[in-house]
Amino acid sequence: MMITADSIQDMVERHGRTRDALLPILQEIVSEKNYLSDEDMVEVARALDISAAAVFGTATFYSFLDSRPKGKYVIRVCKTISCSMKGKNSVLSTIEETLKIKIGETTADRKFSLLETNCIGWCHKAPAILINDEPYTDLTPKKVTEVLREYIKNR
Amino acid sequence: MKKIPVHRVDLIFEKITCKEIFEKVMEAKPDEIIQSVIDSGLKGRGGAGFPTGLKWQFAAREKNDEKYIVCNADEGEPGTFKDREILDMVPEKVFCGMAIASRAIGAKIGYIYLRGEYKFLVPKLEERLKDFHGLMKKMGHPFTIHLRLGSGAYICGEESALFESIEGRRGEPRNKPPYPTKEGLFNKPTCINNVETLVYTVMIQKYGAMHFKEMGTKDSRGSKVFSVSGDTPKAGIFELELGMSVKEFVEEFGDGDTKAVQVGGAAGFCVPRKRFDETIIGFEGVPTGGSMKLFNSSRSMYNVLHNYLDFFAEESCGQCTPCRVGCQQLLKGIEAVKKGEKSIKYLDELVKLAATMKIAAKCGLGQSVGNAFSSIVDNFKEEIIY
Repeated sequence: MMITADSIQDMVERHGRTRDALLPILQEIVSEKNYLSDEDMVEVARALDISAAAVFGTATFYSFLDSRPKGKYVIRVCKTISCSMKGKNSVLSTIEETLKIKIGETTADRKFSLLETNCIGWCHKAPAILINDEPYTDLTPKKVTEVLREYIKNR
Repeated sequence: MKKIPVHRVDLIFEKITCKEIFEKVMEAKPDEIIQSVIDSGLKGRGGAGFPTGLKWQFAAREKNDEKYIVCNADEGEPGTFKDREILDMVPEKVFCGMAIASRAIGAKIGYIYLRGEYKFLVPKLEERLKDFHGLMKKMGHPFTIHLRLGSGAYICGEESALFESIEGRRGEPRNKPPYPTKEGLFNKPTCINNVETLVYTVMIQKYGAMHFKEMGTKDSRGSKVFSVSGDTPKAGIFELELGMSVKEFVEEFGDGDTKAVQVGGAAGFCVPRKRFDETIIGFEGVPTGGSMKLFNSSRSMYNVLHNYLDFFAEESCGQCTPCRVGCQQLLKGIEAVKKGEKSIKYLDELVKLAATMKIAAKCGLGQSVGNAFSSIVDNFKEEIIY
């Protein structure tokens, strides 16, 4: 979806015009298009009547509020200790081989981005990844290939 | 010292009717509610272990029309996943705990700060919140809960960083004092509790303070939900009576070859095999927010420590120098020792640095890095060096 000045105004109407509405607004933009452009941030600053620097400074603090373009599906591979112990590397290399991208990259069709992340709270079912908001756990190279195949095929 | 073998408890996930409990709470005076929580001996289940009843009392004594109840659901400590399960299985008990706290301290608004990694829970929580708000209306108790999401920052689990985040800023911890009960969210008196703590306050109202107090030990009353992971055939979530030794824990959950248990996550302590018997899991020994990670003899403790330091170097908010620079230097330091670029003695320098961070860092993150660092380096020096 395109984020326009109008749609940002609409978000401000719903979340309020105060500073504490900033994160919910930024989160909503990211859930629509998976990143925040400079223009989005300037527009949010104008709508909330705060400086663009304040918006940029806040947004860049949070790892889930990406300020560079990302694919439709952002894959976050947990790299913290349990996942790392239970085969995260083989899951990661399977994803890299399947999608032909490395960590930090986005596929040419802008469908997938691949990132690493810190503990996502599935240590007892490691290794785990998030695809956008959806967790996938107890992964093996075979299982993650099947998960990716569904995304490639259906969506 | 009283030792307790591994004893399972079923309070947190027990299905109950919150309405009945809240009716009882509405009939009690706020002072009586607070006293029952004080009498139970309940301490905060997020890890820091501040007495919950006292926190409520401090907030209740503040004279202010505007007060807040905040539920800390920013469960980010590596190896902790029990709050997700609690919010998934028994969300109404969490809301009920917040409502009891609101009655006790005189607050009308509550916030749940849920980590962004658990966003998939939002539709369910919003639906259950509708029912809860209906119940509050019917009971004539004006209390509204707002749901807020984090965006992938571990530091926002620190209470004052969490307030900053709700207020729409970078999640950078504040100076303390003032403490949250005096100046918390929006600089108003705020009572902030962990998800699990709030559910225990509900069960204390249901079964009485003594039922809770009878479990556990003098310093660690009651039970606690543990998140068990690592080299174990029984990974998962277990509610256990407090006061067991690491040895008893390992007998129950180990794979027969456990060489160390990391208690309390990356910010916690590493207990080596030789200390299993003497170490009590609780506030008199090693405290934990629930994270229990087992390592068997196939694991390199260098890799474990490296993983933790990499975590802290990324998650440090960067606001204060001891933590920002300290985390990176500890990480670079063990890499240099491993490669032989620095002498073995350099490890002693790093241990001193970790000790400096403990006293000089602004918040719990930087202050805790030394826990894992020193306990791993002290006990597994040869693995760090060779």
